[in-house]
Amino acid sequence: MAIFLQLLFTGLGIGAIYALVALGFVLLIRAASVVNFAQGQFAMVGAYILVVGVNVLELPYLLSMAIAVVLMAVFGIVFAATTYWPLRHRGGLPVIISTIGASIFLENIVLFLYGPSPEVLPGLFDSPGIQIGEVFMDSQYLSILVAATLLVVLQYLIFEKTLLGKKLQATSQDKEMASLLGIPVAFMILFTFAYSAMLGGIAGMLVAPVLFVSVGMGGLIALKAFAANIIGGYGSIPGAILGGLSLGVAETLGASYISVPYKDAFAFAMLLMFLMVRPQGLFGEKISEKA
Amino acid sequence: MSVNLASARLWRGVPQAIAAIIAVVALAFVVPADGYYLNILMQAVTYAIAVSGLVVVLGYCGQISIAQAAFFGLGAYGVAIGMVDFHLGFFPAWLCGIGVAGILGLILGLGSLRLGGHYLAMVTISFQQILTLFLTNWLSFTHGPDGIRDIPRPSLGPISFAGGHAFLALCMVTLVIVTLAVWRLKTGRLGRAMQAVRDNELAASTCGIDVFGTKVIAFGLSAVLGGIGGGLFAGGFQYISPDQFSFGESIVLLTMALLGGVQSPFGSLVGTLVLIILPEWLRFLKQIYLAVYGAAVILIMVFLPDGLWGLMLDRVRKRAKPILGEVEKLPLLTQTGQESAEIVLEVKELAKHFGGLKALDGISLKVRRGSVHALIGPNGSGKSTFINVITGLYKPTAGQVLFAGQDITHEQPHLRNRAGLARTFQNIRVWRGMTVLENVMVGGERPGNDVAEDAALVVERALAALDFVGLRGDAHRMVGDLSYGHQRYVEIARALAATPKTLLLDEPAAGLNLTEKHELGELLRRLKGHGLTILIIDHDMKLVEQVADHITVLNFGRRIADGLPREVLNHPDVIAAYLGEPQEAAGVVA
Repeated sequence: MAIFLQLLFTGLGIGAIYALVALGFVLLIRAASVVNFAQGQFAMVGAYILVVGVNVLELPYLLSMAIAVVLMAVFGIVFAATTYWPLRHRGGLPVIISTIGASIFLENIVLFLYGPSPEVLPGLFDSPGIQIGEVFMDSQYLSILVAATLLVVLQYLIFEKTLLGKKLQATSQDKEMASLLGIPVAFMILFTFAYSAMLGGIAGMLVAPVLFVSVGMGGLIALKAFAANIIGGYGSIPGAILGGLSLGVAETLGASYISVPYKDAFAFAMLLMFLMVRPQGLFGEKISEKA
Repeated sequence: MSVNLASARLWRGVPQAIAAIIAVVALAFVVPADGYYLNILMQAVTYAIAVSGLVVVLGYCGQISIAQAAFFGLGAYGVAIGMVDFHLGFFPAWLCGIGVAGILGLILGLGSLRLGGHYLAMVTISFQQILTLFLTNWLSFTHGPDGIRDIPRPSLGPISFAGGHAFLALCMVTLVIVTLAVWRLKTGRLGRAMQAVRDNELAASTCGIDVFGTKVIAFGLSAVLGGIGGGLFAGGFQYISPDQFSFGESIVLLTMALLGGVQSPFGSLVGTLVLIILPEWLRFLKQIYLAVYGAAVILIMVFLPDGLWGLMLDRVRKRAKPILGEVEKLPLLTQTGQESAEIVLEVKELAKHFGGLKALDGISLKVRRGSVHALIGPNGSGKSTFINVITGLYKPTAGQVLFAGQDITHEQPHLRNRAGLARTFQNIRVWRGMTVLENVMVGGERPGNDVAEDAALVVERALAALDFVGLRGDAHRMVGDLSYGHQRYVEIARALAATPKTLLLDEPAAGLNLTEKHELGELLRRLKGHGLTILIIDHDMKLVEQVADHITVLNFGRRIADGLPREVLNHPDVIAAYLGEPQEAAGVVA
């Protein structure tokens, strides 16, 4: 039982990372109908900015994080302007391919600048963690969970309680109507890209001390987040969170009780199972085209 | 028809194929024996075969597959494991690999293609990842991350393919055959069905195309082509390892297809060559070359939407010549029609509820053979819902639909079309990636149609249908280049080419100007004169009065009147539904 609880804690920690990246995915799907294959590279770029701040410039940890978050927002806008904007009227596929191009570009430009050897980042706190009952709570996993919870609450408040949030929701539901009501749709979409890049970047920074920081770190995270998005329900915000958490738990439990080498297979097996049995996911709705 | 299209079609491409095969075999033997060029070519040729699979599934059928490297890998591992561990010959091992790829492709397709477009992308990503994990970790079967070495090359009777040149020739000949087959597929019945599914699934399903089945076949074919390429890859390099078939490689294959032009196997071939050679050229950029490659992908998407091949085609595309000559008229035109007492379409107590909204609330009507039956009603009265339920796009909540004596209430849309029910759409649904002629040909190709099995007759039938609506001269234009009104005529021609027993017209006059409406009225009267049964929905009272023998009026999902035009249009409830209740109106004003 103790082991189970310990695994549950770790699983939720890693699941929170998937959830944050998945959230970035979902927001872009909703606001701009973009399936962004470079979402994982957002996490990688965020982690590298933090590496520069903490290890190279030797700035305080939290200040580095703050700077990195701002830079990620700028990065998100540049990303949108180059990868999405010129293709926005051409349907889903060209944008997908161009985000794939962007992911190749980002990984290799960072590889060029920083080399292949992984970077090590210290944790946010010096203390290794706290023991509660039989569960040892690693401080970094704890910070991931706390930060993810704060972000989700913050996002809920922004989306549900502010005018900006309402405009964002209106944009995601019906761009034409939103535009007719005087909502600056283009601005809303750029804002979503910036926010989505921030979320991805924060996920990367939080997970950086747990994993090594390497150019390839984003790819697998993004695929899991993608799976989380389907398991939760395509385009659903609560679905992305729940999907991410359950994936994290499932693969942690699977790895320790069933098989370590196939750890990464659990996420995808779970995804396949959902697609076959409950394709609309946990929170999804069935959408049919109107004749 | 003067030209025998059928035999021309059968042999189309065969002389070119023979010439191309001779050319590539010669080419394969003049490549420098130095391993570098041989390897680059071997890679390009085997990749190109896999990429042509993406042309089928993505280019023709519009479904995104992100696992082509996985199917490529299955073909390669089939050859490697079959030959090294099971001591099979190359060709049986190759067949095993292709078979496994095809079967897994079919299973994945059957599981995911019923759902919307992005689901296949997701399923294929998962499949790709799981396969990579198995290839890496199932040591006893796949030899794990170290891969499999010393894969032998085959010989076929007296011909040995052991040498690099000979094996390259084998690969190239396969590529020529695959490329030409994929090219011919595009202009055949199955290829047209795939493109119809890509451009508009709903219209495809109401034109007799089994949308799901077509997608599964397209995906299955692409998996098989992946397997064919992979088997040759294993023989070519004689060493394979799991990282050669990873997610990243799937992305590379996808990029090759898109770069070259996913609409044509020649385009994908160009794309493959460029992307194999480009990194070699970019090597002077040293470490940054992959970054440049990534940026190039974005630039290509922005500036070359149809790929390199599309760019070349634009430069050389000439105006296609219209097919001249007399064609046999539509069978319909040889008949003269009279309304008969026979009921062709009977609807009993049909209901369709969307949650609490009763869009249709127990509608019954009977359409007599040879009559023009109009269904009218204010906006939101349930007219379009009615047609969508009749044609199977919506499932009814209750009630029954009988067509030509059969109960079709729970039939799939394409089977209803095959039974003789054709329709047009309120918001035009033509297939924009195809020409006017091709659009109409798909209509004529519905299984069970009298001409469906003969390509030449289908062309003739399509031309006859275009003749009838007056668009023969536009047959070779892309359908999207036509005016709105003419696109509607293409829809009508497409429906007529299928020799329907009943034609359903969903607001055919919507969006037409006065002249066009007048022309449409003429057209409908001609159809009526030849005895075609028509169920028409429209708002245009003038049009309805001109053509209708019988009118049914709906309001709020209920039938409020039914009968001869004059009676119905003077019915107080009908006037009230259209113009409002006099008493109530007065009350509001006061």
